[in-house]
Amino acid sequence: MSLATGRDVAYLVAAVCFILAMKGLSSPKRARAGNLLGAAGMIVAIAITFTTPGIHNLWAIALGMVVGVAIGVPAARLVKMTAMPQMVAAFNGVGGAAAALVSIMHFSFSPVGLSTMATYQVFEVIFGVVVGSISFTGSIIAFSKLQEIMPGRPITYPAQQPVNAVVALGIVGCILAVLVDPTKLVMLVVLILALLFGVAFTLPVGGADAPVLISLLNSFTGLAVAATGFTLHSNVLIVAGTLVGASGMLLTRMMSQAMGRSIPNILFSAFGSVVTSSGATEKEGRSVKSGTADDIGVLLAYSSRVAIVPGYGLAVAQAQHVARELAETLQKKGVDVFYAIHPVAGRMPGHMNVLLAEANVPYDELKEMDSANSEMSTVDVALVVGANDVVNPAAKTSPGSPIYGMPIIEVSQAKAVIFLKRSMRPGFAGIDNDLLYDDKTTMLFGDAKDSLSKLVAAVAAA
Amino acid sequence: MNSGILQFITVFVLAAFVGYEVISKVPSILHTPLMSGTNAVHGIILLGAILICGASHGPLQITLGIIVVILATLNVVGGFVVTDRMLEMFKAKPNAKNDKSDAQDVQAKEAS
Repeated sequence: MSLATGRDVAYLVAAVCFILAMKGLSSPKRARAGNLLGAAGMIVAIAITFTTPGIHNLWAIALGMVVGVAIGVPAARLVKMTAMPQMVAAFNGVGGAAAALVSIMHFSFSPVGLSTMATYQVFEVIFGVVVGSISFTGSIIAFSKLQEIMPGRPITYPAQQPVNAVVALGIVGCILAVLVDPTKLVMLVVLILALLFGVAFTLPVGGADAPVLISLLNSFTGLAVAATGFTLHSNVLIVAGTLVGASGMLLTRMMSQAMGRSIPNILFSAFGSVVTSSGATEKEGRSVKSGTADDIGVLLAYSSRVAIVPGYGLAVAQAQHVARELAETLQKKGVDVFYAIHPVAGRMPGHMNVLLAEANVPYDELKEMDSANSEMSTVDVALVVGANDVVNPAAKTSPGSPIYGMPIIEVSQAKAVIFLKRSMRPGFAGIDNDLLYDDKTTMLFGDAKDSLSKLVAAVAAA
Repeated sequence: MNSGILQFITVFVLAAFVGYEVISKVPSILHTPLMSGTNAVHGIILLGAILICGASHGPLQITLGIIVVILATLNVVGGFVVTDRMLEMFKAKPNAKNDKSDAQDVQAKEAS
């Protein structure tokens, strides 16, 4: 077996590893093994690449890899669990940038010269540049929204969609121009337009929808990588990139379905948010009822059924253990307690299941949204811990709202509602919640962990 | 069009179908880890980065080459490490071991 054949076999092994990794990642039992298998495939593919004839600048490659590992591993290791989604956005963004740069460098520094490239070769390059660049800047915006460097709510300006459409048309026009006559100038223009478009189309997406957006951008990066595979004549790049591109599209659709929304609705729905925000200011004169931990403790202790609705605030405050403690204290008093889990509560799907599992909450106490809602009318007190958007009735009642159509936990069906919240600040989607002003709602302001600890003491004393 | 490009298109089309089929059933709790895992897989661009950096001449190209390798390496290691940390949370605790794996089975069944 010659070295070249050996290399191809190694790439085939890597490609199979990637497929099995994805297969594994879609079942809870094999997920971790799947991920490690993917990593193993990656190591095989990268290692064997060094045997390619004509690779120079080994010191430069080694330097780049050492720097990358030195930054990447600590960044991924040290980041807080709550910040995971933005880390995925960041790592996706650098991947998109790398794919775009590989295409650009191949185009700019190719020894063959542009004029000798066949039209389809130019197309492969330009596709990689455009899609990789969109993914890069789009991921930066998604990251900034989740990291709260910029506001999480949709950012809109007049004629936003028409402007975006013009930019998109400009990109298509430039691609056609490059195909006819490949010049570096048009290439530069298309690069700038693509970077711009990545920003423009992500600005109106609400922060709460960011996971779906990241999944879409992840799929884009996959396609950009596949394009570089065509350019560099590498099967393993095509296979891995296309796998991510195709599965990413499907995953994006599944994630948006879990939120009860369509992908266009998520990408373009920010239209209505202007209406909502002006509507919200009108209501600012309304009063809010806030209670003490002791009052609420008594209310909880003497109810027969309590639903705990956890949200991002629970994750931030790391209050899952105290939440379980409260539930156990209530159960000792004979109160029936369950947790109502919204599929997208927190900032990644399944966030709450994971946190509560970590606190050893028995699985049978977790109710999925649908079964929780069907029982909500029998609940005496719904205790909302650091959640807002996922219980906001505007999703059902206000067609102008950006979250309209998203299924919610219908806590307003319960006889009383208690919100543990840090402030009156709206939730991540930036929309006011009418339920906070409702007569049967009582607020307990403060950090979720502190409030829950106080409630545990109050319930025990009651 | 020569047969070379056709061979790559064949690989592309087949991979697209595989990618679509292989994750047809994913419980919602695994959506984020799967997204993160596939994010790591497109870190394979590091391979392209190595080839491009390895073919560079002159300070400008080599500098850009190093930047590409850094970016792609970040994608690979960051992607796999973040995914592993997410999945660590699914690891059953010793005292709740049986409960937990049963729970996940139920969840997987419900979602499918």
